[in-house]
Amino acid sequence: MNVEQKIIFSEQTLAIVSKIVSHYPEGKQKSALLPVLHIAQAEFGGWLSVPVMDYVASILNILPIEVYEVATFYSMYNTKPVGNCVIEICRTGPCWLCGAEEIISHLESKLKIKAGETTADGKFTIKLVECLADCGNAPVIQVGWDYHGNMTKEKADELIIDFDKNNKVSHKNPYEI
Amino acid sequence: MVKVTIDNIEVEVEPGTTILNAARKIGGKIVPPAMCYYSKLKGTGGKCRTCLVKVTKGSEKDPRPMPKLVPSCSTAVMDGMVVQNITSPEVLEARKAIVEFLLINHPLDCPVCDQAGECDLQNLSYEHGLSETRYEEERRTFEKIDIGDKIQLHMTRCILCYRCVFVADQLTEKRVHGIMNRGDVAEISTYIKNSVDNEFSGNMIDACPVGALTDKTFRFKSRVWFAKACDAHRNCTHCGGKVTVWMAGNDILRVTGRKDKYGEVEEFICNECRFEKKDLKDWVIEGPRKISRESVISQNHYMNKNKPEKKK
Amino acid sequence: MEKKILLANIETPDFGKFETFRKQGGYAAVEKALKTMSPENVVDEVKKSGLRGRGGAGFPTGLKWSFIDKSTNNPRYLLCNADEGEPGTFKDHYLILKNPHLLIEGMILSSFALGANTAYIFLRGEWFYLMKILDQAIEEAYAKGYLGKNILGTDFSLDLYCHPGGGAYICGEETALIEALEGKRGNPRMKPPFPAIKGLYQNPTCVNNVETIAAVPWIINNGGCEYANVGIGKSTGTKLISACGHINKPGVYEIEMGLPVEEFIYSEKYLGGIKNGKKLKAVIAGGSSVPILPTELILKTAKGEPRLLSYESLADGGFETGTMMGSGGFIVMDETTCMVKSLLNYSRFYHHESCGQCSPCREGTGWMEKILHRIEHGQGNMHDIDLLVDIAKHVEGNTICPLGEAAAWPVRSSILHFRKEFEAHVINKKCTFNNG
Repeated sequence: MNVEQKIIFSEQTLAIVSKIVSHYPEGKQKSALLPVLHIAQAEFGGWLSVPVMDYVASILNILPIEVYEVATFYSMYNTKPVGNCVIEICRTGPCWLCGAEEIISHLESKLKIKAGETTADGKFTIKLVECLADCGNAPVIQVGWDYHGNMTKEKADELIIDFDKNNKVSHKNPYEI
Repeated sequence: MVKVTIDNIEVEVEPGTTILNAARKIGGKIVPPAMCYYSKLKGTGGKCRTCLVKVTKGSEKDPRPMPKLVPSCSTAVMDGMVVQNITSPEVLEARKAIVEFLLINHPLDCPVCDQAGECDLQNLSYEHGLSETRYEEERRTFEKIDIGDKIQLHMTRCILCYRCVFVADQLTEKRVHGIMNRGDVAEISTYIKNSVDNEFSGNMIDACPVGALTDKTFRFKSRVWFAKACDAHRNCTHCGGKVTVWMAGNDILRVTGRKDKYGEVEEFICNECRFEKKDLKDWVIEGPRKISRESVISQNHYMNKNKPEKKK
Repeated sequence: MEKKILLANIETPDFGKFETFRKQGGYAAVEKALKTMSPENVVDEVKKSGLRGRGGAGFPTGLKWSFIDKSTNNPRYLLCNADEGEPGTFKDHYLILKNPHLLIEGMILSSFALGANTAYIFLRGEWFYLMKILDQAIEEAYAKGYLGKNILGTDFSLDLYCHPGGGAYICGEETALIEALEGKRGNPRMKPPFPAIKGLYQNPTCVNNVETIAAVPWIINNGGCEYANVGIGKSTGTKLISACGHINKPGVYEIEMGLPVEEFIYSEKYLGGIKNGKKLKAVIAGGSSVPILPTELILKTAKGEPRLLSYESLADGGFETGTMMGSGGFIVMDETTCMVKSLLNYSRFYHHESCGQCSPCREGTGWMEKILHRIEHGQGNMHDIDLLVDIAKHVEGNTICPLGEAAAWPVRSSILHFRKEFEAHVINKKCTFNNG
């Protein structure tokens, strides 16, 4: 995220936020916290900094601490900076049975980072996640909002090349995909 | 009124009363221990699981036993309910296990903990715990965080009872601390460096059942059992001003709320009374605070004790 | 046993579009129910059908619906649990992907039965691409007058929205799901009060799994009794089984309850046998939290009868020799699989997913994982194996929500059926499997 970037949603995003808030009864706007955090994370660099969380608290009219509590509870929210492309590799039982460990170590050595780390150029982050509920296509990885099943080393390489060459960013507003 | 039998003792209580409060009405050894429940704070309870009891008969209407042990602090009695606490080996075994779970990641630093002597976890372990640990793994630690000049946070000692969060929610205007992360790395924190400072925030210290939140102004001043507890009061514009002052000679070492035999304060007090009024002139001393005979603090009340007999 | 209730017609091109779905008989049940039936009639048909909750607990759906508090004028809510996260389970994923309108039709019928005018589909946060599919389908249903004010000119109105989670297995537990929907941490609530009395925003609420709700339209079209004729005994209807692991044909299968497990695993029509000609070693039949069974016990019960895919047959033998239907996540493991490492993997999962609210689960799940980690890496001793069982027993039954059992059962059952393998790790001071 550009440090100069102002933490403020665009008109278009604010319209999406109001629409989400309208799904819940009057006074229950806190219900929109999870979806709005997804949007904020996507729009402000793939992670939730304190100013971003404070901004979310202000637009939903709740206390900042309520946002911190929630953001740190759920595993999809990153509370530390991440790379442009976050590769989420499922490591739970069924994916493990079908070779997730090989994919993990392949990507670790390919990108020269350990799981949980970001490459020095800020392009890639490897994140290990739990069951993505697509075990029939194990091993599965998720990049952005896309699932990639039956993962092989070759397919993983292709994904990396695609993101690298085209300078793609994995975090996108989920309501605009 | 509804009738409930706990460990073979019958008691009549208002409908809606919890098993724990019915047991407290009976009193004595049959009262389940409670680490997270706090009768003065709405919504507390159910989390620590130390107060689990067995319901062998649901009610007169539906006499079926409940399939699992239930938390007595958050289960309402029904008319004709029959409950076992200390008469159930199953309950005692579960309680022993809960104590073990609460202790495996506890630092056991009682020698340097200001809560020692008035710690609910210490008492619970003494009464229900095992004498040795089966835990060989590394104990969990947390990075130290500073939450201001009045309250000391020792996260490693925390048992995540959430009482302090309820204090902040129910007694203060804007809560700035809460539970971050989840599972066994969940912690009490302000997330960003922030001080927990509010007219009533000090009550978190009294509500904390362990040494996770202690009074910075009292830190290492005295072991609690060497301090003399006196009830005292003053005219306070923020709170009732009814407190316990803990003294050494004529010095007031600390001020707390008045705690009953279940470790709960009778009335919450304000931070001014707690932290600012440490001069004897500030208070009208009512007399020594009655401390339960079992408490180590009663050591200081020599009149209650028999002299040790000389061995022949 | 060819009976398609949930996955019928899904191969029709554009089946996810309203028009196509409608042409194949979709939304006919809504017409029938709203115009000719009372909410009580709908509840009765579902009761007659014997439909049981497909999320894992298997609780009779009609009975659950009858618990909803209709004594006040407070709004009532229907929540669809699409927070599928039980390892090995991906049926709801498939169902929403292939048949979004069926879920919407089921939501309308169920909301009508419960008297709910607002309903939410709680999808796991990773599924925004599925939410997009659902949102489009919902939009179509609004446009065609099947959602919104005065549906089909009746006085029944319903608003239906999707709500994403944030990444927490625990939100599959109904009260944690409600908390998440209220914008809070997914900490399960103490019960009672049950959601049927005080759920979302403290109002009467019913939470049902995707597959459960999707079965309702067929029941309304064909009658509860007809549904009860499908299946076997108290396991009525069809069940989606999501199969994965070391098999030739992983995927989601709609089977009629009562299909023999052996046929399911080895027949070409279903899983097509074990991959690479290997031998079957063990199966976790209902998602990772149900007890694991070795080959001999998954194919046949302890009494020597063929094991069937039904609630009763899978549970035959209790904890000692049986397992559970659970959510229908069928994980197959071949002879090369290390049972210690497999268990370590699941224990790590439950440790990671514990909300941390109650002490047995918060502390017990991490402790079990650490011990298993030592055993797998050759640093365990024989006492550790019994200690694991003891910890599991103390977590089980003493927690706020069923995650305690979910974490404990895999440990207890793996050691019960594969104790020798744990001991071999201790004796050899290492894992002897390639995959370890």
